[in-house]
Amino acid sequence: MESSARIRPPLAELGGGALPDWASYGVIAGSALLGAALLAAAGTLSVALLLVLTTVLSCSAIYIWSRLVEGSRRALDRLVTFLIVAAFGLALIPLLSLLFEVVKRGLPGFDWEFLTTSSRGVIGGGGAAHAIVGTVVITGVAAAISVPIGIMAAIYLTEFEGGRLRRALTFFVDVMTGIPSIVAGLFAYALFAIFFGPGIRLGVMGSAALSVLMIPIVIRSSEEVLKIVPNQLREASYALGTPKWKTIVRVVLPTAFAGLVTGVMIAVARIIGETAPLLVTTGVVDSINTNPFEGRMQNLAVYAYSEYRTPGVMKQASYDRAWAAALTLIAIVMLLNLVARLVYHRYKTEAH
Amino acid sequence: MLASASGGIRRPGDRIFSGTAVAAALTILALLAGVAVFLVVEAMPAVTADAAQLPEGKSLVDYIAPLAFGTVLAATLAVVVAVPLAVAVALFISHIAPRRLVLALGFLVDLLAAVPSIVYGLWGIFVLGPAAVPVLEWLEAKLGFIPFFEGPASATGRTMLVAGLVLAVMILPIVCAVAREVFSQTPRKLQEGALALGATRWEMMRMTVLPFGRSSIISGAMLGLGRALGETMAVTIILSVSGIVTFNLISQANPSTIAANIALDFPESSGVAVNTLIASGLVLFAITLVTNLIARAIISRQNIE
Amino acid sequence: MLRPTEATRGAETRNPMTQGQQEATVSGLAPTEAAPLAKTVETRDLSLFYGDFQAVKDVSVKIEPNRVTALIGSSGCGKTTFLRSLNRMHELTPGARVEGEITLDGENIYAPGIDPVNVRRLVGMVFQAPNPFPTMSVYENVAAGLTLNSRRIKRAEKDEIVERSLRGSHLWNEVKDRLDKPGSSLSGGQQQRLCIARAIAVEPEVLLMDEPCSALDPVATLAIEDLIRELKSRFTIVIVTHNMQQAARASDVTAFFNLEETGKPGRLIEIGATEKIFTTPSEQATEDYVSGRFG
Repeated sequence: MESSARIRPPLAELGGGALPDWASYGVIAGSALLGAALLAAAGTLSVALLLVLTTVLSCSAIYIWSRLVEGSRRALDRLVTFLIVAAFGLALIPLLSLLFEVVKRGLPGFDWEFLTTSSRGVIGGGGAAHAIVGTVVITGVAAAISVPIGIMAAIYLTEFEGGRLRRALTFFVDVMTGIPSIVAGLFAYALFAIFFGPGIRLGVMGSAALSVLMIPIVIRSSEEVLKIVPNQLREASYALGTPKWKTIVRVVLPTAFAGLVTGVMIAVARIIGETAPLLVTTGVVDSINTNPFEGRMQNLAVYAYSEYRTPGVMKQASYDRAWAAALTLIAIVMLLNLVARLVYHRYKTEAH
Repeated sequence: MLASASGGIRRPGDRIFSGTAVAAALTILALLAGVAVFLVVEAMPAVTADAAQLPEGKSLVDYIAPLAFGTVLAATLAVVVAVPLAVAVALFISHIAPRRLVLALGFLVDLLAAVPSIVYGLWGIFVLGPAAVPVLEWLEAKLGFIPFFEGPASATGRTMLVAGLVLAVMILPIVCAVAREVFSQTPRKLQEGALALGATRWEMMRMTVLPFGRSSIISGAMLGLGRALGETMAVTIILSVSGIVTFNLISQANPSTIAANIALDFPESSGVAVNTLIASGLVLFAITLVTNLIARAIISRQNIE
Repeated sequence: MLRPTEATRGAETRNPMTQGQQEATVSGLAPTEAAPLAKTVETRDLSLFYGDFQAVKDVSVKIEPNRVTALIGSSGCGKTTFLRSLNRMHELTPGARVEGEITLDGENIYAPGIDPVNVRRLVGMVFQAPNPFPTMSVYENVAAGLTLNSRRIKRAEKDEIVERSLRGSHLWNEVKDRLDKPGSSLSGGQQQRLCIARAIAVEPEVLLMDEPCSALDPVATLAIEDLIRELKSRFTIVIVTHNMQQAARASDVTAFFNLEETGKPGRLIEIGATEKIFTTPSEQATEDYVSGRFG
C-alpha cells in the first residue's frame, strides 16, 4: 500500500498569495491618476489619451503585481479579464460618441420649421416635412407589400410540408438576407426601367427596393416566432375537429401575434434608415409628394445625404439640417425598437 | 410541424389558405429570380459595349477591378478589427459581466446595429475623421515604412483606415450576436470539467468556450464580411476617392468601393454608364452571395457535428 | 493490533486517530512521520444554500482517507450539492452560499484568501455524463490538467504521466494506438475512463465522483467499479450513487442523506461501514430506504 502521506505546502500558499479584493479597482484608479499626472506634466489634456494611458498602465500594473504575488496563471487570468473589459469599453465608445454627437449637432436644427416646411422654393433654408412625409409613405407601402408576403411565406415554411419547395425557399431566403442594399435598389430600378423606360423615378420604386430587403427579415423573425408556438396547442385544436387553416388563423396566429408584430416593427426600423436603394430609385426632390405612383419622392435618409452632399449657399445651415434629419431618423428607429420590445413583453402569451 | 390534420380531405378553407401560402412562397422565388434576371438584362449592354463607350474609356474589367479591390480592402480591414473585438465583447457579456446586467449590455451592443448607415457616414466624416488625424500623423511618423501607413497623412481623416473602422463598428454587433449565442450555449459539463481540473476562468474559456464556438465565430465573421462588402453610405460619405489602387490606408487618395461608386455616379448617369454601374452591382452581388453561402455552409456543418 | 480487514468492517464508530495510526503502522511509518490527517476531508456544521433555499443542513462528517465513501439517498436530498461543495464547485451557481466549515487535511478550504483553483487541484471530480474535451485528442485530454499546473513540463515526462494515468484507469491498452484521435471518438465507458485518467493525472488527494456510471451500460459500470476499488489505495474517493447495489459493491463507508419532506433541507441521517448500513442500520429511515420501502 502506498504511503498515505504526501508532504505538500498548505493550501494558502499553494498557488502563491492573494491580492486584496480591492486590487483591480485600486490599480485602475491609480493608473488613471498617474496617467492624468503624466498628461498634465506633458501639457496635453485629452480624454482619449487619458483613457489609453489608463488602460495600458492598469493592464501592465495588474499583471506585474499579480505575477509577483499570485503566480503567472492567476496573473494571466487577471490580465485577460482587464483586456476583455477594456474591449467592451472600446466597443461602447462609438455608440456613446455617436448618440452624443447626433444629439449635439442635430438638436439646434431640430425645430418646428424643420418639421413642417419642405425645401420647395427655398434657397438655403426650409425643412424636412417633405422628407418625413416621404419616409412614411415609402416605408408604409414597403410594409404593405412585405408583411403579407413575408408572414404567409413564414406560415408556409412552418405549418406545411413541401419537400423541395420548402428547401428551395429556405435557401433563397438565406440568399436574400445577404443582398446588399444598393443591389436591391438597382433591381427595382431595372424592373421599372424595363417597363417604363430609363430615367424613371417613382416613390413606389423605392418601396419595391425596400421590400426586397424587408421580406427576408419578416420571414426570418416570423418563422422564429411561429416555431415557438407549442405543438400541443395545434394538436388540441385538431383534436376538436378544427380544420388546419382555421387552426392557423384562430390558434397559431393569435398566440404568435405579439412576436409577429415585434418582428415587423424591427424590420421597419431596419429599413427606414436605408439610403442607398432610394438614391437610385426615388431620387431627390424638394417638394412634398404623397403619391407614390407619380414622380420623385423625398425621404429622410436621402434628405440627410443630399443636404450634406449638395449644401446650399449657407453650408452650415445645410449641415445642421442633415444632422437634424439624422437625429430624427435615430429617434424614430430607437422608438420603434423600444416600442417593439414593450409590445412583446406586454402582449406575449405565455403559451406553456 | 404537423402533417395535414384533416386526414387528406381538402376542405375549401384549407385549400385557399395553403394555396395562398404557396403563392407567397413562389412570389419570393420569382422575386429573387427576377433580381438576377433583370440585373443581367440591364447589365448586358455594358458587357457587349466597346471600351471607348464606357465611362472613363476603360474596358468593363478595368473599370470594375479597382472598385472590387477597394471593396475587399475596406471589408477586410473591417473584419480584422471587428472580429477580435466582437469575440472579446461576447466573452464579456456571456461569462464575465454580472448576470443582472447581461440583458442591458446585450441591448447596448445591439443598439449599434440599429443606427442607420447614413448616420454612421455623417459621424465618420464629421467626428471620427477629424479626431483620427493626429493618429494618422503618428502612424505616418512612426510606422511609415509599412506600406499601409506610407502617407502622406490626410488632413481631413477621409481615409480608408477611418472608413474601415466605421465599417468595423457597423459589423461588430452582427459578429458579437453570433458569438454571444454560441458562447452561452457551451455545455456546462465541459466548462465544469475544465474548472474541476483546477483551471482559472481564462484557462477554462480557452479550453472549452472558444474551441466550442470556433465555427460559429468564423461564420459570424463571414456574415459580417458580407455586410461590410455591401455597405454603401458610410463609405460613400467618408472616403475621399481618387480611384487609384493602393494599400495606403492613411492618405487622401483612395480606391472607391463598388457600392460607393454606384451611389456617387448613378444619380447623374445615363445611357451605357447606367448599364456599367448595374454590371458592377452584379459583380458585388456575386461576391456577397459567395461569402454568405460559405458562411451558411460552415454553420450547417457545425450543426451536423 | 487489529488486522486492517477487520478494522474496515463491523466497527460501530470510526475513530479517526486510531485509523490513521493503524495505516501508518501498516505502511511501516511511525505515527509521527506520517501525516495523520492526509487526504482527509472533514465537514463541520455544513449548510448549503441556493439563495434563500437551504439544500443541505448541518452536516458534520469525516471522510476516511484512502477509502471509498458512498453517498446514497433519494433524489433531491442534497447529496450532489454536498459533493460539489467539497471542491468548491457549489459556488459556481449564482446565489449559492456555504455556511460552516470544510477542511482538507485540517485546512479550511473556504478560508478567505484561499483560491478555489488550488482546492480543485487537490480535489478532483468525475462527472455524471462523460465530458472529454471534444476538440482535444485522447492524449491532450489526459494531459489537459498537467499543462495547466506546470508549464515547463517536458514532452517525455508528459508522455510518461499520460501513460501512467491511462494505465491507472484501465484504458491504456484500448487507446495506446489511438492517442491522437479525438476524445469524443471513444465509447461511453471508455470516455468515462478517459475522464478518470484526466482527473488522476494531476495527482489529487481526493477524487469526487458524481454518479459516474449512470450513463453507462452494465459492463462498463462493473469495469468502473473495479477501477474505483483499485484507485482508493492512491486517493480518497467519495462517490454519489443512486444505485444501492453499486454502493454495496464498491464502497467501504456509506452515508445516507434524506429529506423530511419536499422543500426541507437534506440532512445526513447515518454514516457507517457499508456492510453495517445495508444489514443492520441504526436509523429507521435508513432501513426503510435500503430495503426499498421508498426512494
